[in-house]
Amino acid sequence: MVRYGDTTAVKGVSLRAPRGRVLALLGHNGAGKTSLLQVCEGFRKPDGGTVRVLGLDPVAEHDALMPRLGIMLQSGGVYPWAAAGEILRLFASFAAHPLDPDMLLDRLGLRKVEKTRFRRLSGGEQQRLSLAVALVGRPELVFLDEPTAGMDTEARHTTWQLIEELRSDGVSVLLTTHLLDEAERLADDVVIMRSGEVAATGTPAELTAAAGIDLLEVRADPGLELAPLKARHEVTETSPGEYAITGALDTHALADVLAWFAAADAHVTAVSSRRRTLEDVYLSLTRQHGVAVGAIK
Amino acid sequence: MSAGTFTPAPGRAPMRTIIGRQIRMELLLTARRGEAVVLAMGVPLLVLLGAGLTHATNLPTDDRLGFVVPGVLALTVMSTAFTGQAITTGYERSYGVLKRLGASPLTRPGLLLAKTAAILVQIVLQVIFLGLVAVLVGWRPQFGDILPAAGVTVLAAAGYSGLALLLASVLKPETTTGAATLIYVVMLAVGGIMFAAPDLGTAGWFLLPLAAHAQALRDTLMNGTGIPLSIWLALGTWAVVWLTLAARKFRWE
Repeated sequence: MVRYGDTTAVKGVSLRAPRGRVLALLGHNGAGKTSLLQVCEGFRKPDGGTVRVLGLDPVAEHDALMPRLGIMLQSGGVYPWAAAGEILRLFASFAAHPLDPDMLLDRLGLRKVEKTRFRRLSGGEQQRLSLAVALVGRPELVFLDEPTAGMDTEARHTTWQLIEELRSDGVSVLLTTHLLDEAERLADDVVIMRSGEVAATGTPAELTAAAGIDLLEVRADPGLELAPLKARHEVTETSPGEYAITGALDTHALADVLAWFAAADAHVTAVSSRRRTLEDVYLSLTRQHGVAVGAIK
Repeated sequence: MSAGTFTPAPGRAPMRTIIGRQIRMELLLTARRGEAVVLAMGVPLLVLLGAGLTHATNLPTDDRLGFVVPGVLALTVMSTAFTGQAITTGYERSYGVLKRLGASPLTRPGLLLAKTAAILVQIVLQVIFLGLVAVLVGWRPQFGDILPAAGVTVLAAAGYSGLALLLASVLKPETTTGAATLIYVVMLAVGGIMFAAPDLGTAGWFLLPLAAHAQALRDTLMNGTGIPLSIWLALGTWAVVWLTLAARKFRWE
Protein backbone atom coordinates (compact mmCIF):
# COMPACT_ATOMS: atom_id res chain seq x y z
CA MET A 1 0.00 0.00 0.00
CA VAL A 2 1.24 3.48 -0.82
CA ARG A 3 -0.26 6.58 0.68
CA TYR A 4 0.22 10.27 0.05
CA GLY A 5 -1.30 11.93 3.08
CA ASP A 6 -4.85 10.62 3.25
CA THR A 7 -4.87 9.50 -0.34
CA THR A 8 -4.19 5.86 -0.94
CA ALA A 9 -2.33 5.72 -4.22
CA VAL A 10 -1.85 1.97 -4.47
CA LYS A 11 -3.36 -0.90 -2.55
CA GLY A 12 -3.64 -4.64 -2.80
CA VAL A 13 -1.58 -4.97 -5.95
CA SER A 14 0.23 -8.18 -6.77
CA LEU A 15 2.18 -8.45 -9.97
CA ARG A 16 4.04 -11.26 -11.64
CA ALA A 17 6.56 -10.42 -14.29
CA PRO A 18 7.83 -13.77 -15.56
CA ARG A 19 11.25 -14.00 -17.13
CA GLY A 20 11.41 -12.83 -20.70
CA ARG A 21 7.92 -11.38 -20.72
CA VAL A 22 6.62 -7.86 -21.02
CA LEU A 23 4.15 -6.73 -18.39
CA ALA A 24 2.35 -3.47 -19.09
CA LEU A 25 0.84 -1.41 -16.31
CA LEU A 26 -1.93 0.54 -17.90
CA GLY A 27 -3.81 3.38 -16.32
CA HIS A 28 -4.64 7.07 -16.37
CA ASN A 29 -2.29 9.63 -14.93
CA GLY A 30 -2.66 9.24 -11.21
CA ALA A 31 -3.85 5.63 -11.35
CA GLY A 32 -0.89 4.63 -9.21
CA LYS A 33 1.50 3.29 -11.85
CA THR A 34 4.46 5.46 -10.94
CA SER A 35 3.84 5.05 -7.19
CA LEU A 36 3.92 1.31 -7.67
CA LEU A 37 7.18 1.51 -9.62
CA GLN A 38 8.74 3.75 -6.98
CA VAL A 39 8.00 1.15 -4.35
CA CYS A 40 9.41 -1.62 -6.53
CA GLU A 41 12.55 0.45 -7.15
CA GLY A 42 12.99 1.13 -3.45
CA PHE A 43 12.52 4.88 -3.78
CA ARG A 44 9.55 4.71 -1.44
CA LYS A 45 8.76 2.45 1.46
CA PRO A 46 5.33 0.90 1.19
CA ASP A 47 2.99 2.26 3.87
CA GLY A 48 1.71 -1.27 4.37
CA GLY A 49 2.30 -4.72 2.99
CA THR A 50 5.46 -6.19 1.57
CA VAL A 51 7.27 -5.78 -1.69
CA ARG A 52 9.73 -8.24 -3.16
CA VAL A 53 11.49 -7.73 -6.46
CA LEU A 54 13.59 -10.64 -7.72
CA GLY A 55 13.07 -12.01 -4.23
CA LEU A 56 14.67 -8.98 -2.60
CA ASP A 57 13.30 -6.18 -0.46
CA PRO A 58 13.84 -3.04 -2.58
CA VAL A 59 14.55 -0.88 0.48
CA ALA A 60 16.45 -3.15 2.87
CA GLU A 61 18.32 -4.99 0.12
CA HIS A 62 18.62 -1.98 -2.19
CA ASP A 63 22.32 -2.37 -2.89
CA ALA A 64 21.98 -6.04 -3.83
CA LEU A 65 18.99 -5.38 -6.07
CA MET A 66 20.15 -2.35 -8.02
CA PRO A 67 22.78 -4.00 -10.24
CA ARG A 68 20.13 -6.48 -11.41
CA LEU A 69 17.58 -3.81 -12.30
CA GLY A 70 17.49 -1.37 -15.17
CA ILE A 71 15.52 1.71 -14.26
CA MET A 72 14.20 4.32 -16.64
CA LEU A 73 12.69 7.22 -14.75
CA GLN A 74 9.85 9.21 -16.22
CA SER A 75 12.10 12.22 -16.65
CA GLY A 76 15.41 13.67 -15.57
CA GLY A 77 17.91 11.82 -13.48
CA VAL A 78 20.82 13.02 -15.57
CA TYR A 79 23.38 15.80 -15.12
CA PRO A 80 22.25 18.62 -17.45
CA TRP A 81 25.86 19.59 -18.21
CA ALA A 82 27.08 16.12 -19.07
CA ALA A 83 27.12 14.96 -22.68
CA ALA A 84 24.95 12.04 -23.74
CA GLY A 85 27.96 9.79 -24.40
CA GLU A 86 29.60 10.68 -21.08
CA ILE A 87 26.48 9.75 -19.15
CA LEU A 88 26.05 6.44 -20.89
CA ARG A 89 29.73 5.54 -20.39
CA LEU A 90 29.53 6.51 -16.72
CA PHE A 91 26.67 4.11 -16.11
CA ALA A 92 28.39 1.47 -18.24
CA SER A 93 31.45 1.74 -15.98
CA PHE A 94 29.27 0.87 -12.97
CA ALA A 95 28.42 -2.57 -14.41
CA ALA A 96 30.46 -5.75 -14.38
CA HIS A 97 29.53 -6.79 -17.94
CA PRO A 98 28.10 -3.70 -19.61
CA LEU A 99 26.76 -3.50 -23.13
CA ASP A 100 28.91 -1.61 -25.58
CA PRO A 101 27.85 2.05 -25.19
CA ASP A 102 28.64 2.71 -28.85
CA MET A 103 26.26 -0.03 -29.91
CA LEU A 104 23.49 1.46 -27.77
CA LEU A 105 24.13 4.97 -29.09
CA ASP A 106 23.80 3.63 -32.64
CA ARG A 107 20.76 1.51 -31.90
CA LEU A 108 18.91 4.38 -30.28
CA GLY A 109 19.87 6.97 -32.85
CA LEU A 110 21.93 8.97 -30.37
CA ARG A 111 25.26 8.85 -32.17
CA LYS A 112 24.93 12.34 -33.63
CA VAL A 113 24.15 13.84 -30.21
CA GLU A 114 26.86 11.87 -28.38
CA LYS A 115 28.74 15.07 -27.53
CA THR A 116 25.63 17.14 -26.88
CA ARG A 117 24.90 18.05 -23.30
CA PHE A 118 21.80 16.52 -21.79
CA ARG A 119 19.93 19.81 -21.40
CA ARG A 120 20.34 20.54 -25.11
CA LEU A 121 18.78 17.23 -26.16
CA SER A 122 15.19 17.10 -27.37
CA GLY A 123 12.61 15.45 -25.13
CA GLY A 124 12.66 12.32 -27.27
CA GLU A 125 16.46 12.15 -27.22
CA GLN A 126 16.48 12.52 -23.45
CA GLN A 127 14.02 9.65 -23.22
CA ARG A 128 16.15 7.44 -25.47
CA LEU A 129 19.25 8.22 -23.45
CA SER A 130 17.38 7.30 -20.26
CA LEU A 131 16.41 4.04 -21.90
CA ALA A 132 20.03 3.38 -22.90
CA VAL A 133 21.14 4.08 -19.32
CA ALA A 134 18.56 1.59 -18.04
CA LEU A 135 19.82 -1.13 -20.37
CA VAL A 136 23.59 -0.63 -20.37
CA GLY A 137 24.23 -2.77 -17.27
CA ARG A 138 22.57 -5.83 -18.86
CA PRO A 139 19.88 -6.09 -16.19
CA GLU A 140 17.59 -9.07 -15.86
CA LEU A 141 14.55 -6.92 -15.13
CA VAL A 142 13.86 -3.45 -16.46
CA PHE A 143 11.35 -0.89 -15.24
CA LEU A 144 10.36 1.55 -17.94
CA ASP A 145 8.14 4.40 -16.80
CA GLU A 146 6.29 5.64 -19.88
CA PRO A 147 9.22 4.81 -22.13
CA THR A 148 7.93 6.41 -25.30
CA ALA A 149 6.46 9.61 -23.84
CA GLY A 150 7.68 12.56 -25.88
CA MET A 151 9.07 10.43 -28.70
CA ASP A 152 8.15 10.90 -32.33
CA THR A 153 6.61 8.05 -34.28
CA GLU A 154 9.89 6.76 -35.63
CA ALA A 155 11.62 6.75 -32.25
CA ARG A 156 8.59 5.06 -30.76
CA HIS A 157 8.81 2.21 -33.26
CA THR A 158 12.57 1.89 -32.68
CA THR A 159 11.89 1.66 -28.96
CA TRP A 160 9.16 -0.91 -29.44
CA GLN A 161 11.48 -3.07 -31.53
CA LEU A 162 14.12 -2.78 -28.85
CA ILE A 163 11.68 -3.86 -26.14
CA GLU A 164 10.67 -6.84 -28.26
CA GLU A 165 14.32 -7.73 -28.61
CA LEU A 166 14.80 -7.47 -24.85
CA ARG A 167 12.02 -9.96 -24.39
CA SER A 168 13.40 -12.42 -26.90
CA ASP A 169 16.80 -12.16 -25.22
CA GLY A 170 15.28 -13.13 -21.89
CA VAL A 171 14.99 -9.76 -20.15
CA SER A 172 11.82 -9.21 -18.14
CA VAL A 173 10.16 -5.88 -18.76
CA LEU A 174 7.72 -3.98 -16.61
CA LEU A 175 6.52 -0.88 -18.37
CA THR A 176 3.90 1.69 -17.58
CA THR A 177 1.96 3.37 -20.32
CA HIS A 178 -1.25 5.14 -21.01
CA LEU A 179 -0.92 4.34 -24.67
CA LEU A 180 -3.23 1.47 -25.46
CA ASP A 181 -1.61 0.66 -28.76
CA GLU A 182 1.71 0.38 -26.98
CA ALA A 183 0.33 -2.10 -24.47
CA GLU A 184 -1.50 -4.03 -27.17
CA ARG A 185 1.59 -4.28 -29.34
CA LEU A 186 4.19 -5.05 -26.68
CA ALA A 187 2.64 -6.65 -23.67
CA ASP A 188 2.42 -10.34 -22.93
CA ASP A 189 0.48 -9.45 -19.82
CA VAL A 190 -1.53 -6.35 -19.05
CA VAL A 191 -2.51 -4.99 -15.66
CA ILE A 192 -5.08 -2.25 -15.84
CA MET A 193 -4.89 0.00 -12.80
CA ARG A 194 -7.61 2.28 -11.62
CA SER A 195 -7.46 4.45 -8.51
CA GLY A 196 -4.52 2.49 -7.17
CA GLU A 197 -6.14 -0.90 -7.54
CA VAL A 198 -5.90 -3.60 -10.14
CA ALA A 199 -9.02 -3.35 -12.26
CA ALA A 200 -8.21 -6.20 -14.62
CA THR A 201 -5.33 -8.47 -15.53
CA GLY A 202 -4.66 -10.86 -18.35
CA THR A 203 -3.03 -11.21 -21.69
CA PRO A 204 -4.31 -8.72 -24.26
CA ALA A 205 -6.16 -11.60 -25.92
CA GLU A 206 -7.80 -12.64 -22.66
CA LEU A 207 -8.81 -9.12 -21.85
CA THR A 208 -10.31 -8.42 -25.24
CA ALA A 209 -11.98 -11.83 -25.39
CA ALA A 210 -13.71 -11.39 -22.05
CA ALA A 211 -17.48 -11.33 -21.94
CA GLY A 212 -19.14 -8.56 -23.92
CA ILE A 213 -16.43 -8.08 -26.42
CA ASP A 214 -18.23 -7.64 -29.65
CA LEU A 215 -19.88 -4.71 -31.22
CA LEU A 216 -22.27 -5.10 -34.12
CA GLU A 217 -23.20 -2.07 -36.13
CA VAL A 218 -26.17 -2.24 -38.48
CA ARG A 219 -27.31 0.44 -40.89
CA ALA A 220 -31.03 0.24 -41.71
CA ASP A 221 -34.17 2.35 -41.82
CA PRO A 222 -34.16 5.03 -39.17
CA GLY A 223 -36.55 5.09 -36.25
CA LEU A 224 -37.26 1.37 -35.87
CA GLU A 225 -39.21 0.40 -32.74
CA LEU A 226 -36.46 -1.27 -30.75
CA ALA A 227 -38.36 -2.33 -27.64
CA PRO A 228 -38.77 -6.00 -28.64
CA LEU A 229 -35.07 -6.31 -29.47
CA LYS A 230 -34.03 -4.48 -26.33
CA ALA A 231 -35.63 -7.26 -24.34
CA ARG A 232 -32.89 -9.59 -25.57
CA HIS A 233 -29.92 -7.38 -26.50
CA GLU A 234 -28.15 -4.14 -25.67
CA VAL A 235 -29.16 -2.00 -28.62
CA THR A 236 -29.17 1.71 -29.26
CA GLU A 237 -29.79 3.86 -32.28
CA THR A 238 -26.59 5.87 -32.15
CA SER A 239 -27.68 8.18 -34.99
CA PRO A 240 -30.69 7.95 -37.30
CA GLY A 241 -30.44 4.61 -39.09
CA GLU A 242 -27.30 3.50 -37.24
CA TYR A 243 -27.84 0.75 -34.70
CA ALA A 244 -25.20 -0.49 -32.32
CA ILE A 245 -25.64 -3.82 -30.62
CA THR A 246 -23.21 -4.55 -27.83
CA GLY A 247 -22.83 -7.43 -25.43
CA ALA A 248 -21.77 -11.03 -25.74
CA LEU A 249 -22.68 -11.81 -29.28
CA ASP A 250 -22.10 -15.37 -30.33
CA THR A 251 -23.29 -16.87 -33.62
CA HIS A 252 -26.82 -17.46 -32.33
CA ALA A 253 -27.09 -13.95 -30.99
CA LEU A 254 -25.94 -12.50 -34.31
CA ALA A 255 -28.51 -14.60 -36.16
CA ASP A 256 -31.16 -13.51 -33.70
CA VAL A 257 -30.36 -9.83 -34.21
CA LEU A 258 -30.41 -10.05 -37.99
CA ALA A 259 -33.58 -12.13 -37.91
CA TRP A 260 -35.21 -9.39 -35.90
CA PHE A 261 -34.28 -6.82 -38.56
CA ALA A 262 -35.72 -9.15 -41.20
CA ALA A 263 -38.92 -9.61 -39.23
CA ALA A 264 -39.22 -5.83 -38.90
CA ASP A 265 -38.97 -5.57 -42.72
CA ALA A 266 -36.02 -3.23 -42.29
CA HIS A 267 -33.75 -2.56 -45.23
CA VAL A 268 -30.31 -3.42 -43.94
CA THR A 269 -27.66 -1.66 -46.04
CA ALA A 270 -24.53 -2.34 -44.01
CA VAL A 271 -23.41 -4.61 -41.22
CA SER A 272 -20.09 -4.43 -39.50
CA SER A 273 -18.72 -6.15 -36.46
CA ARG A 274 -15.73 -5.23 -34.41
CA ARG A 275 -13.75 -7.09 -31.83
CA ARG A 276 -13.20 -5.10 -28.75
CA THR A 277 -9.77 -3.62 -28.46
CA LEU A 278 -7.84 -3.11 -25.29
CA GLU A 279 -9.03 0.47 -25.51
CA ASP A 280 -12.68 -0.60 -25.26
CA VAL A 281 -11.90 -2.82 -22.27
CA TYR A 282 -9.99 -0.03 -20.68
CA LEU A 283 -12.64 2.60 -21.27
CA SER A 284 -15.46 0.39 -20.06
CA LEU A 285 -13.51 -0.50 -16.92
CA THR A 286 -12.77 3.08 -16.11
CA ARG A 287 -16.24 4.33 -17.06
CA GLN A 288 -18.27 1.77 -15.19
CA HIS A 289 -16.65 2.91 -12.00
CA GLY A 290 -17.41 6.51 -12.71
CA VAL A 291 -13.82 7.56 -13.10
CA ALA A 292 -13.31 10.46 -15.41
CA VAL A 293 -10.46 10.44 -17.85
CA GLY A 294 -7.68 12.55 -16.44
CA ALA A 295 -6.08 12.87 -13.10
CA ILE A 296 -7.50 10.72 -10.34
CA LYS A 297 -5.34 11.88 -7.48
CA MET B 1 21.77 -7.53 -34.58
CA SER B 2 22.50 -11.04 -33.52
CA ALA B 3 20.20 -12.62 -30.99
CA GLY B 4 21.38 -12.34 -27.45
CA THR B 5 22.64 -8.78 -27.43
CA PHE B 6 20.65 -8.03 -24.32
CA THR B 7 20.93 -11.42 -22.63
CA PRO B 8 21.08 -10.53 -18.94
CA ALA B 9 24.50 -10.47 -17.31
CA PRO B 10 23.91 -8.23 -14.32
CA GLY B 11 26.65 -7.36 -11.90
CA ARG B 12 28.41 -4.52 -10.20
CA ALA B 13 31.82 -3.34 -11.32
CA PRO B 14 34.49 -3.25 -8.59
CA MET B 15 33.48 -0.52 -6.12
CA ARG B 16 36.86 1.19 -6.60
CA THR B 17 36.22 1.56 -10.32
CA ILE B 18 32.70 2.85 -9.75
CA ILE B 19 33.71 5.46 -7.21
CA GLY B 20 36.73 6.47 -9.27
CA ARG B 21 34.59 7.07 -12.34
CA GLN B 22 32.05 9.01 -10.31
CA ILE B 23 34.76 11.23 -8.81
CA ARG B 24 36.00 11.91 -12.34
CA MET B 25 32.52 12.91 -13.44
CA GLU B 26 32.04 15.18 -10.43
CA LEU B 27 35.34 16.95 -11.13
CA LEU B 28 34.63 17.20 -14.87
CA LEU B 29 31.24 18.78 -14.25
CA THR B 30 32.67 21.23 -11.71
CA ALA B 31 35.39 22.30 -14.12
CA ARG B 32 32.73 22.77 -16.78
CA ARG B 33 30.67 25.22 -14.75
CA GLY B 34 32.35 28.55 -15.21
CA GLU B 35 30.72 30.30 -12.27
CA ALA B 36 31.84 27.55 -9.92
CA VAL B 37 35.43 27.91 -11.04
CA VAL B 38 35.31 31.69 -10.70
CA LEU B 39 33.81 31.42 -7.23
CA ALA B 40 36.30 28.78 -6.14
CA MET B 41 39.46 30.20 -7.71
CA GLY B 42 38.86 33.66 -9.12
CA VAL B 43 37.56 35.36 -6.02
CA PRO B 44 40.26 34.02 -3.66
CA LEU B 45 42.93 34.91 -6.24
CA LEU B 46 41.62 38.46 -6.53
CA VAL B 47 41.52 38.83 -2.76
CA LEU B 48 45.03 37.40 -2.46
CA LEU B 49 46.52 39.80 -4.99
CA GLY B 50 44.29 42.75 -4.12
CA ALA B 51 44.54 42.74 -0.35
CA GLY B 52 47.89 40.98 -0.13
CA LEU B 53 49.94 43.18 -2.42
CA THR B 54 48.27 46.59 -2.18
CA HIS B 55 47.28 48.69 0.77
CA ALA B 56 43.63 48.69 -0.27
CA THR B 57 42.56 47.52 3.17
CA ASN B 58 43.73 48.11 6.70
CA LEU B 59 45.22 45.03 8.29
CA PRO B 60 46.25 44.50 11.91
CA THR B 61 49.77 43.56 10.81
CA ASP B 62 52.50 44.75 8.46
CA ASP B 63 52.98 41.25 7.05
CA ARG B 64 50.12 41.64 4.59
CA LEU B 65 50.65 38.33 2.78
CA GLY B 66 51.12 36.55 6.10
CA PHE B 67 47.66 37.75 7.10
CA VAL B 68 45.83 37.51 3.79
CA VAL B 69 47.08 34.18 2.37
CA PRO B 70 45.83 31.95 5.23
CA GLY B 71 42.48 33.78 4.98
CA VAL B 72 42.34 33.18 1.25
CA LEU B 73 43.07 29.48 1.76
CA ALA B 74 40.28 29.31 4.32
CA LEU B 75 37.99 31.17 1.91
CA THR B 76 38.59 28.70 -0.90
CA VAL B 77 37.80 25.79 1.41
CA MET B 78 34.51 27.47 2.29
CA SER B 79 33.60 28.30 -1.29
CA THR B 80 34.22 24.72 -2.44
CA ALA B 81 32.90 22.71 0.49
CA PHE B 82 29.99 25.01 1.28
CA THR B 83 28.87 27.37 -1.47
CA GLY B 84 29.74 25.22 -4.46
CA GLN B 85 28.54 22.01 -2.90
CA ALA B 86 25.24 23.47 -1.66
CA ILE B 87 24.38 24.87 -5.09
CA THR B 88 25.40 21.75 -6.99
CA THR B 89 23.67 19.34 -4.63
CA GLY B 90 20.46 21.37 -4.61
CA TYR B 91 20.22 21.27 -8.38
CA GLU B 92 21.26 17.64 -8.62
CA ARG B 93 18.46 16.75 -6.26
CA SER B 94 15.88 18.73 -8.21
CA TYR B 95 17.07 17.20 -11.50
CA GLY B 96 16.62 13.71 -10.05
CA VAL B 97 20.35 13.01 -10.42
CA LEU B 98 20.83 12.05 -6.77
CA LYS B 99 17.90 9.67 -6.92
CA ARG B 100 19.06 8.10 -10.16
CA LEU B 101 22.67 7.64 -9.03
CA GLY B 102 21.60 6.42 -5.61
CA ALA B 103 19.60 3.72 -7.37
CA SER B 104 22.48 2.62 -9.56
CA PRO B 105 25.23 0.16 -8.66
CA LEU B 106 27.04 3.21 -7.25
CA THR B 107 24.81 3.09 -4.12
CA ARG B 108 24.05 6.01 -1.85
CA PRO B 109 27.07 5.70 0.46
CA GLY B 110 29.21 5.36 -2.66
CA LEU B 111 27.81 8.59 -4.04
CA LEU B 112 28.45 10.46 -0.80
CA LEU B 113 31.98 9.07 -0.67
CA ALA B 114 32.62 10.13 -4.27
CA LYS B 115 31.26 13.61 -3.59
CA THR B 116 33.41 14.00 -0.49
CA ALA B 117 36.49 12.78 -2.33
CA ALA B 118 35.81 15.14 -5.23
CA ILE B 119 35.48 18.06 -2.81
CA LEU B 120 38.75 17.11 -1.10
CA VAL B 121 40.55 16.77 -4.43
CA GLN B 122 39.29 20.22 -5.45
CA ILE B 123 40.39 21.73 -2.15
CA VAL B 124 43.86 20.21 -2.42
CA LEU B 125 44.27 21.46 -6.00
CA GLN B 126 43.05 24.93 -5.09
CA VAL B 127 45.24 25.18 -2.01
CA ILE B 128 48.29 24.08 -3.99
CA PHE B 129 47.52 26.57 -6.77
CA LEU B 130 46.84 29.51 -4.47
CA GLY B 131 49.79 28.58 -2.25
CA LEU B 132 52.11 28.55 -5.26
CA VAL B 133 50.83 31.93 -6.47
CA ALA B 134 51.29 33.30 -2.94
CA VAL B 135 54.86 32.01 -2.72
CA LEU B 136 55.58 33.50 -6.15
CA VAL B 137 54.48 36.94 -4.96
CA GLY B 138 56.49 36.68 -1.77
CA TRP B 139 54.59 34.66 0.85
CA ARG B 140 56.94 32.78 3.18
CA PRO B 141 55.00 30.32 5.33
CA GLN B 142 56.37 28.06 8.06
CA PHE B 143 55.74 24.35 7.71
CA GLY B 144 56.39 23.23 11.29
CA ASP B 145 52.66 23.06 12.11
CA ILE B 146 51.43 21.75 8.77
CA LEU B 147 49.62 18.76 10.32
CA PRO B 148 47.39 20.77 12.68
CA ALA B 149 46.76 23.15 9.76
CA ALA B 150 45.60 20.21 7.61
CA GLY B 151 43.54 18.82 10.48
CA VAL B 152 41.71 22.05 11.13
CA THR B 153 41.07 22.36 7.39
CA VAL B 154 39.44 18.91 7.22
CA LEU B 155 37.30 19.85 10.22
CA ALA B 156 36.23 23.12 8.60
CA ALA B 157 35.47 21.35 5.31
CA ALA B 158 33.35 18.77 7.16
CA GLY B 159 31.28 21.47 8.84
CA TYR B 160 30.80 23.37 5.59
CA SER B 161 29.77 20.18 3.78
CA GLY B 162 27.23 19.38 6.48
CA LEU B 163 25.66 22.83 6.21
CA ALA B 164 25.73 22.64 2.40
CA LEU B 165 23.93 19.27 2.33
CA LEU B 166 21.45 20.48 4.92
CA LEU B 167 20.54 23.60 2.92
CA ALA B 168 20.30 21.60 -0.29
CA SER B 169 17.93 19.16 1.40
CA VAL B 170 15.52 21.59 3.02
CA LEU B 171 15.43 24.46 0.52
CA LYS B 172 14.49 24.72 -3.13
CA PRO B 173 17.54 24.84 -5.40
CA GLU B 174 17.04 28.51 -6.27
CA THR B 175 16.72 29.41 -2.59
CA THR B 176 19.77 27.28 -1.77
CA THR B 177 21.79 29.16 -4.38
CA GLY B 178 20.68 32.50 -2.97
CA ALA B 179 21.30 31.53 0.64
CA ALA B 180 24.68 29.93 -0.07
CA THR B 181 25.87 32.94 -2.05
CA LEU B 182 24.64 35.36 0.61
CA ILE B 183 26.44 33.46 3.37
CA TYR B 184 29.57 33.43 1.20
CA VAL B 185 29.47 37.20 0.71
CA VAL B 186 28.78 37.89 4.38
CA MET B 187 31.62 35.61 5.45
CA LEU B 188 33.91 37.20 2.89
CA ALA B 189 33.11 40.61 4.34
CA VAL B 190 33.27 39.89 8.06
CA GLY B 191 35.22 36.63 8.12
CA GLY B 192 38.59 38.23 8.71
CA ILE B 193 39.96 37.72 5.22
CA MET B 194 40.48 41.19 3.78
CA PHE B 195 40.01 43.03 7.06
CA ALA B 196 40.41 41.97 10.65
CA ALA B 197 37.30 40.13 11.84
CA PRO B 198 35.14 41.93 14.41
CA ASP B 199 36.60 41.14 17.82
CA LEU B 200 33.96 39.01 19.48
CA GLY B 201 36.37 37.05 21.62
CA THR B 202 35.97 33.28 21.77
CA ALA B 203 32.28 33.53 20.76
CA GLY B 204 33.47 34.91 17.43
CA TRP B 205 35.06 31.59 16.50
CA PHE B 206 31.68 29.88 16.95
CA LEU B 207 29.82 32.50 14.90
CA LEU B 208 32.36 32.96 12.13
CA PRO B 209 33.93 29.62 11.23
CA LEU B 210 35.75 31.26 8.35
CA ALA B 211 37.47 33.67 10.74
CA ALA B 212 38.29 30.77 13.07
CA HIS B 213 39.75 28.69 10.27
CA ALA B 214 41.70 31.65 8.88
CA GLN B 215 43.11 32.44 12.32
CA ALA B 216 44.08 28.82 12.84
CA LEU B 217 45.96 28.84 9.54
CA ARG B 218 47.70 32.09 10.50
CA ASP B 219 48.68 30.64 13.87
CA THR B 220 50.19 27.59 12.20
CA LEU B 221 51.58 28.88 8.91
CA MET B 222 52.59 32.40 9.95
CA ASN B 223 53.05 32.57 13.71
CA GLY B 224 53.96 28.97 14.47
CA THR B 225 52.09 29.24 17.75
CA GLY B 226 49.69 26.31 17.45
CA ILE B 227 45.91 26.48 17.32
CA PRO B 228 43.94 27.68 20.37
CA LEU B 229 41.61 25.12 21.90
CA SER B 230 38.65 27.47 21.37
CA ILE B 231 39.11 27.25 17.59
CA TRP B 232 39.29 23.45 17.65
CA LEU B 233 36.12 23.48 19.74
CA ALA B 234 34.34 25.97 17.49
CA LEU B 235 35.10 24.15 14.24
CA GLY B 236 34.49 20.76 15.88
CA THR B 237 31.08 21.96 17.05
CA TRP B 238 30.24 23.21 13.57
CA ALA B 239 31.20 19.88 12.03
CA VAL B 240 29.24 17.80 14.54
CA VAL B 241 26.11 19.97 14.49
CA TRP B 242 25.80 20.40 10.72
CA LEU B 243 26.78 16.86 9.81
CA THR B 244 24.28 15.47 12.32
CA LEU B 245 21.49 17.68 11.03
CA ALA B 246 22.43 16.91 7.42
CA ALA B 247 22.39 13.18 8.09
CA ARG B 248 18.90 13.52 9.56
CA LYS B 249 17.45 15.77 6.89
CA PHE B 250 19.31 14.64 3.80
CA ARG B 251 16.94 13.90 0.94
CA TRP B 252 17.74 12.02 -2.23
CA GLU B 253 14.77 13.34 -4.15
